[in-house]
Amino acid sequence: MQLQYQSQAVAKPYFIAAIGLFVGQILFGLIMGLQYVIGDFLFPAIPFNIARMVHTNLLIVWLLFGFMGAAYYLVPEETETELHSPLLAHVLFWVFLVAGALTIVGYLTVPYASLAEMTGNGILATMGREFLEQPLPTKLGIVVVALAFLYNIGMTILKGRKTAISMILLTGLVGLAVFFLFAFYNPSNLVKDKYFWWWVVHLWVEGVWELILGAILGFVLLKITGVDREVIEKWLYAIITLALVTGIIGTGHHYYWIGAPGYWQWWGGIFSAMEPLPFFALTVFCFNMVNRRRREHPNKAATLWALGTGVMAFLGAGVWGFLHTLAPVNYYTHGTQITAAHGHLAFYGAYVMVVLTIISYAMPILRGREANPERAQVLEMWSFWLMTVSMVFITLFLTASGILQVWLQRIVPNAQPFMAVQDQLALFYWLRWISGVVFFIGLMLYLYSFFAQDKPQSVEAGEVQPATA
Amino acid sequence: MSATFTKSMARNIFYGGTVFTALLFLALTFHTTWRLPQRDHRENLTPEVIHGKHLWETRNCVGCHTILGEGAYFAPELGNVYKRRGPDFIKFWIKAQPTGTPGRRQMPQFHFTDQQLDDIVAFLKWTSEINTENWPPNIEG
Repeated sequence: MQLQYQSQAVAKPYFIAAIGLFVGQILFGLIMGLQYVIGDFLFPAIPFNIARMVHTNLLIVWLLFGFMGAAYYLVPEETETELHSPLLAHVLFWVFLVAGALTIVGYLTVPYASLAEMTGNGILATMGREFLEQPLPTKLGIVVVALAFLYNIGMTILKGRKTAISMILLTGLVGLAVFFLFAFYNPSNLVKDKYFWWWVVHLWVEGVWELILGAILGFVLLKITGVDREVIEKWLYAIITLALVTGIIGTGHHYYWIGAPGYWQWWGGIFSAMEPLPFFALTVFCFNMVNRRRREHPNKAATLWALGTGVMAFLGAGVWGFLHTLAPVNYYTHGTQITAAHGHLAFYGAYVMVVLTIISYAMPILRGREANPERAQVLEMWSFWLMTVSMVFITLFLTASGILQVWLQRIVPNAQPFMAVQDQLALFYWLRWISGVVFFIGLMLYLYSFFAQDKPQSVEAGEVQPATA
Repeated sequence: MSATFTKSMARNIFYGGTVFTALLFLALTFHTTWRLPQRDHRENLTPEVIHGKHLWETRNCVGCHTILGEGAYFAPELGNVYKRRGPDFIKFWIKAQPTGTPGRRQMPQFHFTDQQLDDIVAFLKWTSEINTENWPPNIEG
């Protein structure tokens, strides 16, 4: 099977890099999970804060690689034209990969304060804020790569067919770049700092990223189900309307306790309580489209990932978000393992899974076949279940530890100090770590599935053709 | 969805709804910005506090601790640590790290000068006086 457009091939290195960095992310997650119970594990070589920085930053970077790969793959097909500049896409790939790798090496080899000094944090202080720990040159690099990437995608869409899927994707990507600019705003007033820090973090994951998610999922469902484009794109508009109408003011659920006025408890509470709606619509959308399919696509694994995204995004982002979004609940759960539980299932269910969905769909085609061999698909589906179920267990164990933490530290009359409480949560942290190991096994199986071949069939006697002279 | 509800209707609802909520969010943000001075006591943002925040950031404290509930969940909340422990204990504690107790979570040694320690304390004191709607629920953070 041939690619419809040759330039789609640039997506391949992006997907490979994404998967490679994903492995790194999980390894550092396992280190941190162990540090929760064996506090001095790898100290002082890799202190917890460094491991966490690597874990979260690798996640962001590999998801961005996934989004960019997805865009390079689907935009030519949607616009029915070759990519504006495949060369630029190749150059940007290496720039982004080298910048990302250097940043991680910097985290691991240079004390953070020295890294800040070396990289011009004195000129413009942007470092040392959660998820935005990157040195200034890396942040500037992200902006340059994002702009050049948007130029490439934008020019392609401009000269080709303009579908709702590609326009929604582009809107999401432009939003991603625009809101990242708030990473450069770091006022010395902590309240203002926090207020606008969320314009990057919340307006990404509970805002514009949902557009990217919808566009990618819509594209894959269009291809594997053969359902009418009109139907799919109408659904997409409904989903992203719900996402932004609830999600933008839903930002307010982060403004309850950081110094902002108390009315945010109402604004943030009411709007963010509706944030599960777009995810519920997404779930219904996925199942509806698959049920109404007009063709049997041979890539069963991609279908499974797409349906899985619909379900797990709703559970992780929707249900687990709703659990602690109302102010009277959040008053007690804010900044506990409950937040960690939600963060893990939401990121996995929504963004990890959608990237794995497009990889599952596109990678076989990029490798010259419509779908992977049967055995490879079976292994990939096993890895789906191993990773997904273990992530559910990670979430359940973190939720259990979070409930205990809230109870012991914040509710009972003789509340105990943080560390005294942490000691009592060790059982759940161990169970979480074991689930993490299972996740890693699932990930290894996922990697292996890319190389799995069907066992050679034994040739039936009747099929042997007599040699002709 | 039925055929009477067309794609362009769906698109227009998307644009309209998004623009409306974005404008509402901006209006709320302007109002918040206007109200903030009464809540963040910014008149007390001394050079020490500002430098303390810089030290907080460049040592990646938020990689283990939370501050007003945001950050990592590996080490205690520090938004109210000034009220919980007081200035002297904070300085003593930072200087005593790492404890080296086998199996315990470890905090790095940052080799701060006395002035730097005072700045960090000033930042934590300022933070503890922000109007946070009575969060955290108790002194343990």
